[in-house]
Order: sequence, then C-alpha cells, then structure tokens
Amino acid sequence: MTARAARRIWAWLRASSAALALAAAPVAAAPERVVSMNLCTDQLALMLAAPGQLLSVSALSQDPRSSAMAEAARRLPANHGRAEEVFLMRPDLVLAGSYTTPATRSMLSRLGIRVETLPPAASLDEVRSNLRTVGRLLGREVEAEAMVAEFDADLAALAPAEGERPDAALYQAQGYASGPETLAGEILAAAGFDNAAAAAGVSGGAFLPLEVLVTLAPDLVVSGGRQPGASRAEEVLDHPALRALHRSEAPMGSDWVCGTPHVLAAVERLSGERRALAH
Amino acid sequence: MPAPALNAALLSLTGALLLASLLIGPAGIAPGTALLALVQDQGATTLVMREIRLPRALLGVCVGASLGLGGAAMQGYLRNPLAEPGLLGVSSSAALGAVLAIQTGLAAAFAPALPLAALAGAALSGAAILLLAGPRGPSLTLILAGIAISALAGALTSLVLNLSPNPFAATEIVFWMLGSLADRSFSHLWLALPFMAAGALLLLRLGPALDALTLGEDAAATMGVRLLRLRLSVVAGVAAMVGAATAVAGTVGFVGLVVPHLLRPLVGARPSRLLPASALGGAAMVLAADVAVRLILPERDLKLGVLTALVGAPVFLHLIYATRRRLG
Repeated sequence: MTARAARRIWAWLRASSAALALAAAPVAAAPERVVSMNLCTDQLALMLAAPGQLLSVSALSQDPRSSAMAEAARRLPANHGRAEEVFLMRPDLVLAGSYTTPATRSMLSRLGIRVETLPPAASLDEVRSNLRTVGRLLGREVEAEAMVAEFDADLAALAPAEGERPDAALYQAQGYASGPETLAGEILAAAGFDNAAAAAGVSGGAFLPLEVLVTLAPDLVVSGGRQPGASRAEEVLDHPALRALHRSEAPMGSDWVCGTPHVLAAVERLSGERRALAH
Repeated sequence: MPAPALNAALLSLTGALLLASLLIGPAGIAPGTALLALVQDQGATTLVMREIRLPRALLGVCVGASLGLGGAAMQGYLRNPLAEPGLLGVSSSAALGAVLAIQTGLAAAFAPALPLAALAGAALSGAAILLLAGPRGPSLTLILAGIAISALAGALTSLVLNLSPNPFAATEIVFWMLGSLADRSFSHLWLALPFMAAGALLLLRLGPALDALTLGEDAAATMGVRLLRLRLSVVAGVAAMVGAATAVAGTVGFVGLVVPHLLRPLVGARPSRLLPASALGGAAMVLAADVAVRLILPERDLKLGVLTALVGAPVFLHLIYATRRRLG
C-alpha cells in the first residue's frame, strides 16, 4: 500500500468516525458551558459561540505567534489542558483536538463530561466541515452555514487568474516540507503556486534534505515564523544555501496553523507575492 | 608499523572518506558532475556542493580529529585507556556551555561566545576530573567522577532546553546528547576551527612529555617534565578541541576511546606517536559515521553518536573486562 493510499484511508476513517460519533450523540439542547482545550477548536468556538457560551480556551490560543485570534482569546480565562482545571469549570461540553492527550480526554469522559474531538484540518474542504461540526455541537448551525458561505465567496474572489503558476516550497524548521495534500499545501495552491516539494515525492508532510530543496530550485521559499529563544531546528533556515534562494517576506504565521477562515489572509498575502514574482 | 607508513595509511583513509562524504547525499548527484560543480559554477549543484556538502565533510574531519586527539591526550596523561572526553563528562559539559550560550542569546549577539562557552564548560569539567582522579587516574575514581559529571551536565542541559521559550528547543536534547553534522555550514566551521587549531598545536607538542610520563611521575620529573604545566596544557588543549567540536556538532561519544585503543598497538604504545595517529583516525571514524547516517536513513537525521556508540560501547565493555582487576 502506498503512503498516499494509506493517508487517504486514514483520512476517510477519521472523517467517518467523526461523523458516526456525531450521529450517535443526540444534540438535544445547545450546551451552555463550553470549554475548548485545543488551539484550533478554540478559534472555531470563538467564531461561532453565542455570547457567554464559551467559558475558556487554551493558553496557546492567547499567544499571537500561534493563534490568529489571540486578542479575542485573551478576553476569556485560559486553560492549560489539565483535566483537573477543566473539570472544575463544570463544563457541559469540552472541545478537544485529536492531539489532545488521550489520558486527559478519557479522564474527563470518566468524570461524566461530554468530550468532542476534532481532527486538525488537512485541507480547505475540512475548514468547511470543521465550521459545520463546531456549529452543530454548539447549536449554532445557522451561523456556521453563513460563515461557510462567506468563506466560499472570499476564496472564490481570491482565485488566481489562469496563467503561469510559479513553484514554491513550504520549508520549516528541521527541514520539514509540506506537500500538496496538507492544509498549508492547499493554501499555497489557492494562491496560485505549484508545490515544489511534490517533485521530490512529498505529498503530505516530510523532512526534505536541504540539498534536495536547493536542487529543486523553487521560485519562492516560504518558511515558518521565528520562535522566541533559539533552537538548532531553526538554524537550517539561516543556512547560506537556503539564503541563496528567493525567500518569501511573509512567514507561515498563525494564519496557517488551523483550518479556520483565517487561512484566507495567508492566501491573500501569498497571492500578492505571486503577482510580485511575475513582474 | 613505522610512523610514516601508518600516518600515510590513515591519511589516505581519511582522504577516501572525505571524497565519499562529498559524493554521497540525498540529492543524488553523479560523482563526475559533483566534482565538476565543486570547482566550476554549475548553479544549484554548485550550491549543494560548496555550501552544503563541503562544509559538512570538512567539519567531520575537524570534529573527528579533535575527539581522537583529545582522547589520546587524556589517556596519555592519565595513563588509563578508559579516559575519554565523552565518558568523562567533558563533552557533555561542553554541550551545557554551548546550550547556555545559545539560550541566553549570548551566541546570537557575539558568535564566538558559542565555542568559548563550550570551552569553558569542557575546561571546568576537565579540571574537575583531574582533581578528582588524582595524578595516576585510577579507573574506578575516573569512571565514577565521569558518570557524576556527565549526569549533572546532561540534566542541566535538559533543564535549560526545557525552560527555553522555543518550542523546538526541548527536542534538541537528542542532538546535544548524540551529535550530528546535518545542515552545518561554513560559518560553523570558521567558528570552531581557530579553537581546534590552537588546541591541536598545544596537544601535539606534548608528545615527548607524555612519553616520559609513561616511566612514572618521578622519572618524568627528573627528565625535566614540569608536571603542573603538563596538566594545565592537557586541560586547555582538550577543552579547546572538544569544546569547539561539541559547540558545532553536539556530543559525539566514544571516538576518543575507540581510535586510540585501535591504534595503540600499531604505534608501540608511544603517546608521542599515538597523538597524530589518533587525530587522523578520529577524522576517519567521524567521516565514516557521517557517511553511514546518510546511507542508512538519509531523511531522518540519524545522529552520529548512535553509530559511534554502536562501535564504541562494545570496545568500552571489553576494556572494562580487561581492567576489572584494577577496578577492584
């Protein structure tokens, strides 16, 4: 089985199990005390929740380096993903990501709290499905549908005209490259770029040796924003061989992290760079 | 084996491995094209050869030579085949110094602070080892002191990296423990080279004094060896070489143990001949390990220390077995 087929099947399993879980759980009344423990569910809940419905978001979503909605998140008390503090908030719904520690999730379930887990979006289409899922969980289906419609309209307005598609590589700390079948890869494609890493056989995310990237000679290299402090992982981004390539001015910041309509800001910035490249 | 023949053999081995290091890589460039691109501008291929593979290969030579020579010098001074910078905690203390320089932002403000801090860490632990082990360096004290210093330095390195606000920092504990040459550039080489060169000059001149020391301290003193000065030179030289090597490549263990051990019978157990031979042998060993990590798992940045430990740990166990009577 190829890696690609495996990923497809995995994505299908994830999607269908999420659908089953949702179908099985009857959403009787809208929850009134919602706690979100994951950066991405935080932002979706912040966008969709009714006033007073959302009690707390994760501390990560208050950090502007990772969160596109840090300001809104700061108006709510933060949680740090610990079962104890979340339980003491007496939530009737907890939103978690599939990377939230399983021990914490099952502990909360054992304590009788409804925990719903959302997988991270791996495509622009999953932005839509995540909006709808969180909308349904919060009893805000109408708002979610409106937001999906707005997202679709904005995305269509940003669609690049036919014509030349330059090559770009998404290259981050430790030499991690995002291929076309990732959320970042779809942002890149929506901005009118071809994914350079695809030529090296990268479809999802993979560690791409620097010398392979240099040999691919992409028209543009988009890298992650720098984190505070220092790390050897990020040193590769300062390598002279990488500096010799054309680098994007806008880093892959908080807009790229989660599958929310904020990805449109990243598409827009990148489209601007593509037009600048053409001239 | 006569000295010139041995050194010529080691030099050609190192040369062959240097060539292999330049020709082997994930980009899959044909050997002819690769060598041509090194001397003539061929666009992206030249960028790969000159800025990625060449500094990595040269750094492999320098790091290996530093570790081999450092190990041979420590073993010569302590007259104990178990003395090695990695095992005695000198390398892990150097790593602690380097990590402190990086995480405090000192290295970003003043680049040479990185090797200097690593040198300071290595010198402190080297001096502590020599003090704890005493002049003859009995195996038990030496190894126990080494374990304690390694554990302390390793724990402090983990602490500093875990306290860092950078999300990647904590994952780098593995790099500082096991070492890697992946994605190093000429800036790393130029940073480390002056310290390595100064250390090499210092240590290579100690050959006659270490030869005299094999007859015992009193005999060496009557032959004009100034013991305190010898001790300081060993600490300074090893600290400069191992500190600089660790600052740019992390902790690569066992090179300073295995190489002198393998070469000792070939040089008639004379420290003065073992020193240069170990430098060449160390270079060959690290180059071989660095070629191997690229062949085994090219896209995973397998750490150098994994391979050197696979070779080195059995040698270490054998040495412990052989010296177990002295260990008591």
